[in-house]
Amino acid sequence: MISCEKAEIICNKSQYQEASFTERLQLKFHLFICKNCCKYSEKNSKLTSLCDKAKLQGLSSKEKEQMKQKLHSKG
Amino acid sequence: MPEIKYKVPKVNHMRSVNVNSRNFGDHETNMAENSLQPENWVDAYADYLFNYAISRISDAEIAKDLVQETFLAGLKSAKNYKGDAAERTWLIAILKRKVIDHYRKSNSKKGKAEVKINYSAQTDAEGDWLEEQIADPFSNFEHDDLENEELGNAIQSCIAKLPAKQAQVFTMKTIQGISTEDICNELDINPSNLWVMIHRARTALMGCLNETWF
Repeated sequence: MISCEKAEIICNKSQYQEASFTERLQLKFHLFICKNCCKYSEKNSKLTSLCDKAKLQGLSSKEKEQMKQKLHSKG
Repeated sequence: MPEIKYKVPKVNHMRSVNVNSRNFGDHETNMAENSLQPENWVDAYADYLFNYAISRISDAEIAKDLVQETFLAGLKSAKNYKGDAAERTWLIAILKRKVIDHYRKSNSKKGKAEVKINYSAQTDAEGDWLEEQIADPFSNFEHDDLENEELGNAIQSCIAKLPAKQAQVFTMKTIQGISTEDICNELDINPSNLWVMIHRARTALMGCLNETWF
């Protein structure tokens, strides 16, 4: 039996498809008996789908570093 | 009747001075509530501006250049900043001009401004092809695009509210899709550390987006 805290961490991992098989099994079982984590899991999936839907794009830290340097040299 | 002249106290001014002296202490600043901090621009607004640009110009390289130009232009005209808009709004306004300028430039190149419509020129197209050219009243795509942009902005501003480290880990993981191992190497943390940060970030984001989007 795993704690809610651990269940939430696994839930987050599974949002990135990085939970192992045993972890997923543990999570499934936990969700079966824990209403709060069920709710959390639902919201978490929703957040993932929102992020996918928004098609967010970011600049890599390298690109940001370059930007900073250019700003510094001009400023 | 003699005209009575009241001396109107400059309430706004007074208040802003108070805010200044309270918040910034002996710092040298003549801005009211808003002031520019160019050294934080890249970390705080680069992603936000980049998303704004890329939703209008689908070329990532050009979008990146425009963001860079925006920062430089902002720096150059920083003394014109009156402080009556938030820093981010002000930068977006500059970026908006840059996007317009970009299109104007690319349109003014010879030949590029021609509108080519191939479809209706096809003489061999049979059937009711005219119908396909008018807007589909049942289509939701245009609306979706608008909503997605709004959603993107909402997520970006929520991310901006997170503690710097959490925001960094979350963007790297979710938006840039970097693997756990690489993030750990780059930031010098261990995986369980990373997952705790992701957990906190996600929980905070759920709360932040809660009212409007869930």
